[in-house]
Amino acid sequence: MPLFRLSPPFLSGTSRVTLHMIQLLLALVPALIALVFFFGPGVLVNITLAITVALLAEALMLKLRGRPLKPFLTDGSAIVTAVLFAMAIPPLAPWWLTTIGILFAIIFAKHLFGGLGYNPFNPAMVAYVLLLLSFPLEMTTWLPATGLTENSLDLVSAFQFIFTGELANGAGIDTFSGATPLDVMKTQVGLSELPSYIINQPLFGLFGGIGWEWINIWFAVGGLFLIYRGVISWHIPAAMIAALLVISTATYLITPEAAASPMFHLLSGGTMIGAFFIATDPVTASTTLKGRLVFGAGVGILTYIIRAWGGYPDGIAFAVLLMNMLVPLIDYYTQPKVYGSGAVK
Amino acid sequence: MTQPLGSFPGGLILPGQKKRSTQTPIRKMPLTKTLVLPLQQHIGEPAVATVEVGEKVLKGQKIAAAEGHVSVGLHAPSSGTIIAIGDHPIPHPSGLSASCITIETDGEDRWIDRQVNENISQLSSHELRQRIREAGIVGLGGAGFPSFIKLNPGIHHHVETLILNGVECEPYITCDDMIMRERAQGIMDGIEVMQLALNVKNCVIAIEDNKPEAISAMELALASREQLKDTKIVVIPTRYPTGSEKQLIQVLTGKQVPSRGLTLDIGIVLHNVGTAYAVGRAIKHGEPLISRIVTVTGKDVKHAGNFETLFGTPIHELLSFCETKRQPEEPFIQGGPMMGYNLAGDKLPVTKTANCILVGVDEPVEATKPLPCIRCGDCADACPVSLLPQQLYWHSRSKDLEKTREYNLFDCIECGCCSYVCPSKIPLVQYFRFAKTETMNQEQEQQKSDLARIRHDNRQERQERERLEKEEKQRKRKAALAASKAAKAKKEAEAAAETQTDKQET
Repeated sequence: MPLFRLSPPFLSGTSRVTLHMIQLLLALVPALIALVFFFGPGVLVNITLAITVALLAEALMLKLRGRPLKPFLTDGSAIVTAVLFAMAIPPLAPWWLTTIGILFAIIFAKHLFGGLGYNPFNPAMVAYVLLLLSFPLEMTTWLPATGLTENSLDLVSAFQFIFTGELANGAGIDTFSGATPLDVMKTQVGLSELPSYIINQPLFGLFGGIGWEWINIWFAVGGLFLIYRGVISWHIPAAMIAALLVISTATYLITPEAAASPMFHLLSGGTMIGAFFIATDPVTASTTLKGRLVFGAGVGILTYIIRAWGGYPDGIAFAVLLMNMLVPLIDYYTQPKVYGSGAVK
Repeated sequence: MTQPLGSFPGGLILPGQKKRSTQTPIRKMPLTKTLVLPLQQHIGEPAVATVEVGEKVLKGQKIAAAEGHVSVGLHAPSSGTIIAIGDHPIPHPSGLSASCITIETDGEDRWIDRQVNENISQLSSHELRQRIREAGIVGLGGAGFPSFIKLNPGIHHHVETLILNGVECEPYITCDDMIMRERAQGIMDGIEVMQLALNVKNCVIAIEDNKPEAISAMELALASREQLKDTKIVVIPTRYPTGSEKQLIQVLTGKQVPSRGLTLDIGIVLHNVGTAYAVGRAIKHGEPLISRIVTVTGKDVKHAGNFETLFGTPIHELLSFCETKRQPEEPFIQGGPMMGYNLAGDKLPVTKTANCILVGVDEPVEATKPLPCIRCGDCADACPVSLLPQQLYWHSRSKDLEKTREYNLFDCIECGCCSYVCPSKIPLVQYFRFAKTETMNQEQEQQKSDLARIRHDNRQERQERERLEKEEKQRKRKAALAASKAAKAKKEAEAAAETQTDKQET
């Protein structure tokens, strides 16, 4: 085999899949620090576990499918899936939850569809939804952000808790866990409480939940870095945030007694990780420029619909998967106008 | 100087790597012992040799004549003897051999009589075109389309603008840059001729802003021309592939050439600045096209630069003249690094389309197996004609040719931007070329089978007609037979009756 390619173009660009993935991971660091700051080091244990399981599953599937290990194990895509998944689930999720999720993501959502580049659905979100449907209790048991509880865990106890299900003193998760601000908002609005009143509870901060709003902001900062580096285009995040903003403002203005503020929606739950890191997954998102706007707006609108009127407190995962299904259709109808195809004068 | 009016989507800002070959003036490549001249150095029908082996020829003497309309002749680049006419390897992506005339030079470099023409305005546009054709001039930008055809708009088109392409957007190549720097007056001569031939006043010379020396040299030359007061120099931003015909028109005018149409359809004719220089030499000085400026560059070329090289000069002699150390594994490119092609070897002649020989790309593409497409869409963002390479790739790969056509495969200009930006390193252009060839083959097959089917239908129809005619004939014959039989019987009966009556009478 020759050392160099002998067909044009002979000039090599600098873009590499692995480079994309590394920058993506880098962009997650600020939000990760925020997560650890507010919810303790459990997420670090989850990430380590998820990456290990993901790489093992990836290697196993590549072996079974008779594909070379090196280019695919080092492309970073499995690691990105693992990290995004681990950052999306509760920080003290038991080890088996993470394992099942990652195995399902890598084996079913990714490799059974053909591996990198061929999966129609975002693997991390497929796993997230599977777990949410199968283990709703474990998937919604979040910790309150530190400061609300004296039970701030250190790394050892987080590790112990994730793998044994209880702390050294025998305390279970119920002693210190709680619902997320989105969850609280949903339940209490359902009980006809006023959003403006709900938001005054200690769980809430300036706009969203305490801690949550900062985590969302740091996800957004990482996302802006990705746009600046050209790893993702601005279209999907911009369209998604704009759509969410428009629909939440509209409902907030029409029914302030039943709808949370637009800023609450932007800075709660998975809005920013969804906008910048999940919906922008190139494999499963729309690829045309116009299509990306449609895709992003769709995710934004569906997220709001599920949050406000659906059965789940957060809707990012469902919204992304639903829009994934529409991608071929969107791409087909949003093809750019090719040079010379316009009317001739 | 005026501003460009438009822009195109996508494109790339590439590292130009042009300085390496612009440090020295254009030099003359010394005469070599043999010159090998392929009969086809242009798009169209190959020329036909008009000389025989053993014949002595002079520099500039015609040695092959144009065959058919889309064709031009060929001239001896130096004086000497024809030593062979036959197959010889030619520079071609597939490493083909083709018919060539080989001249052994005598070192005297003796010219034929040249007809100098100071007053070109006395010549009719037809005469100008004829002379340009006789001089064997083709587009020197790289495609090699016979220039006289592009100077003949015909009666159905009106030419509003002549565009001179001095963009040279591909990295490494500097032959147009250097010819503009050093021979701007010669280019102006050519532009005057082209304007006369096309009967057009309005002319735009487009130069990328990374060639300030060329721009000032051209402006200086233009200022001294009374004839060219409607000619403007437009400096355009450096971006690949601005030098491509369609993209340049879009940048300069904001207009688009209709899909599968000609630039002439929107009243524009484009010529390369090197071609203009050749046209000027041919008309004003009576010199046919026998040499061109070739950029020899790359990281393995010690004395990179531009060389005025006679056609037929073996590439390996040109390379050793510049002290080139070719590495065995690396690509060896004729043309630029984006759209050029790999040469099969260096025992090949320099031809009319050889604008650049590139030995040693600074950032070559490694021959690794590509990763799968991750649908990042970078290719679509880079595509200057707004195609969706990721979809085209998908359908080309699965040989779904119908779909590739739906996604406008044939509007692809093969500029290579998509392959360049692909993070998975997929050789997209190769897939598209493959799909194009397959489609054209299929169309040919289709035509063939259509023809066969029509023949078959005609044959059946003919056979059926013949059968019917035969039957008709048989029926007629039978009827005639029956009729004659009946007549005979009647006659006999009558005769019998007569005899009876006779008998009765008797």
